[in-house]
Amino acid sequence: MDRREHLKLLLAGGVGTGLFLGTSCTTEDQQISEEIIAKNSDYSYGRTDEEVIRDRLLLEDQFFTENEYKMVEILADIIIPADEESGSATDAGVPDFIEFMMKDFPPFQLVMRGGLMWLNSQCNQRFNSSFLDCSESEQMEIIDMIAWPDAAEPEMQYGVRFFNRMRDLTATGFFTSRMGVEYLGYEGNRPGFWDGVPENVLRKHGMEYDQKTLDECIKEADRYRIADWDGDANLI
Amino acid sequence: MAAKILAEAGLSVAVLEAGGYFDPALDEYRTQLRMPWESPRRGASTVRAFGDFDAAWGGWDIEGEPYLRNEGTEFDWFRSRMLGGRTNHWGRISLRFGPKDFKRKSIDGLGENWPISYDDVKPYYDRVDKLIGVFGTNEGLEDDPDGYFLPPPKPRLHELYIKKAAGQVNIPVIPSRLSILTRRVNDERGACFYCNQCNRACNAYADFSSGTCLVQPAMKRGQVDLYTNAMVREVTTDSSGLATGVIYVDKNEMKEYSVEARVVVLGASACESARILLNSKSRQHPNGLANGSGVVGHYLHDSTGADRMAILPELIDRERYNEDGVGGMHVYTPWWLDNSKVDFPRGYHMEYWGGMSMPLYGTGFGMNATRQYIKDEFGNPSPNGGYGKGLKQDIRKLYGSTVGISGRGESVAMYENYCEIDPGTVDKYGIPVLRFNYTWSEYERKQAKHMHDTFEEILTSMGGILMGEKPGEEDDYGLHAPGRIIHEVGTTRMGNDPSTSVLNKYSQAHECKNLFVVDAGSFVSQADKNPTWTILALSWRASDYIVDEMKKGNL
Repeated sequence: MDRREHLKLLLAGGVGTGLFLGTSCTTEDQQISEEIIAKNSDYSYGRTDEEVIRDRLLLEDQFFTENEYKMVEILADIIIPADEESGSATDAGVPDFIEFMMKDFPPFQLVMRGGLMWLNSQCNQRFNSSFLDCSESEQMEIIDMIAWPDAAEPEMQYGVRFFNRMRDLTATGFFTSRMGVEYLGYEGNRPGFWDGVPENVLRKHGMEYDQKTLDECIKEADRYRIADWDGDANLI
Repeated sequence: MAAKILAEAGLSVAVLEAGGYFDPALDEYRTQLRMPWESPRRGASTVRAFGDFDAAWGGWDIEGEPYLRNEGTEFDWFRSRMLGGRTNHWGRISLRFGPKDFKRKSIDGLGENWPISYDDVKPYYDRVDKLIGVFGTNEGLEDDPDGYFLPPPKPRLHELYIKKAAGQVNIPVIPSRLSILTRRVNDERGACFYCNQCNRACNAYADFSSGTCLVQPAMKRGQVDLYTNAMVREVTTDSSGLATGVIYVDKNEMKEYSVEARVVVLGASACESARILLNSKSRQHPNGLANGSGVVGHYLHDSTGADRMAILPELIDRERYNEDGVGGMHVYTPWWLDNSKVDFPRGYHMEYWGGMSMPLYGTGFGMNATRQYIKDEFGNPSPNGGYGKGLKQDIRKLYGSTVGISGRGESVAMYENYCEIDPGTVDKYGIPVLRFNYTWSEYERKQAKHMHDTFEEILTSMGGILMGEKPGEEDDYGLHAPGRIIHEVGTTRMGNDPSTSVLNKYSQAHECKNLFVVDAGSFVSQADKNPTWTILALSWRASDYIVDEMKKGNL
């Protein structure tokens, strides 16, 4: 049994749950399976065995052709280019994320493959060459026909829809990457203490905490004190 | 809860869990504090229904464990197959029912009254508050009773906006009541460190889940045997009709085993417990165990739910700071109106969301329609869609500017809404599966319509730009399908009359005295409150009763 077959069988059978019942797996097969589960080091974030195997299968699969992938790279960097504050979508690994999502959510496949092909045929009609062989200005000429939904011509709707999807995936891939999160300025996911909105922000928004709120809310000094109440349900 | 109380009373307890072992303190299970890029799908919900980091193993559909629905009816059933089940990822909204909630029939003539009152349950709510910990404030509200609260966290910025806007239209907003430890309650559990990720299960045990706060302590202090991957098929009975134990399928070995017991306590979740009873047929119990009344599975009801969202221009391009807070809302609105003055019988509460939470899959979506809400220094709107540096900047500006409201209300329990055993389908363990029959009534539709009117009132008062269209009659006013709020209750309801109820007021089966149901199956009506706190209080109450009855020699 080859490795891929192996993974599929594992997934179908339900990992750990009567794994090899009724199959012709050998002890060696079982060892391979266990190794696959144990060695899934690239993504380790509280996964069940079934999830590890499912992701491994998706990661080993390839959806985009080489040319499609190149188009995805170009489009992603048009959508999220590098600037003085951060790198581009491809710098942030967005094309790999998009490749993964094609397999993780198969309904994307038709939209993307069809959209890329539509783009090529538009380029062929207008410039007599595929998107990849077009000059940068030719590429941008066609992109400008599909990138602005409110201004696009009705016959460009296929392209508009495709580019909307491409924009969504590129943007979300970028803003959930390490680089994109830094660019966004998300400051959370750090254990600490929430002591309310910073004073300068409150002022700017014309807000304040009323005295009742200040009195009743948790104070940092109390958080590790074990709670106790009097008979009237008042915290001591 | 029952495992803990019974074990601490010195009884030997076997706990059967249909899923695997789970402990959020162990790194192998930890999804908490992970950044979005640690998931190849960036937290998308393609594998786990509530996102890739969510601590629920299971979902709306589980491979090999189907359920059916009668034609023309809807019900979605969320199951989480792991120690602690759905309490690992739930919203921690911990609301007591109020005095009226136990006697709704006396008020509006619909449904049935509970055989118990708030005074019967109050001592147990008090104990649950102190044992598990819940933050909130004593407000002296008649039907949202005071309790033993921990201090709440301060509101976030969007919550201050909501409080102000709701105040302008005379809708109260008070600190929420969540079972999250803003202060410690014992030496075994830590205090909240404000990561906003309670749905990922807490490695400091600073929020409530039944695995970390009840089963683990029970195993430490009492004689408890935990069986994982043990899918219970049926309760066995003897010739006198009394329960003798259960038969379960070991999911690893795909073999059946039995466990014998003096008392059987079901806490498998309302629908799963009903399924077990209905599958426990014997000569003494031909309709299924404890089902002489034919009521098992009936009166199934879930909370109603509807939601709306807006962009708040004041929050566009906002200052950055760590705004995570606790998992979920810091403020909420309990039901504030008199039902005799509106055209639907039961109330709803409102939950609020927004803020600069962790960017996950979906962040940056929809700029083809929402980029127009970003305005430059001269007030000119950005064009929708586009690409390039300007787009990148606009997504950054829009981040953290949305606010949303979710209404969660009480539906009226109906005999016609039920689950039953499908005569032709088994799951992969050979156990006959459930078939659901559930439709909303005008009561719920009118309530949802009212919710949407209120959402618009608050969001508009705030200066928010409403997103999406207000749903109309043709869309059931945006009501989520039954089951979607995951508050399903009522399938083995309690009552004084054995011909119209399954359990007595101690959650004990009328027809089988050593059988108890301690999940939300016992609920007669659901209230506009989340069910967990009442499940815990009633389970504790039933457990005390079991211990007493055993001492008296009655069990």
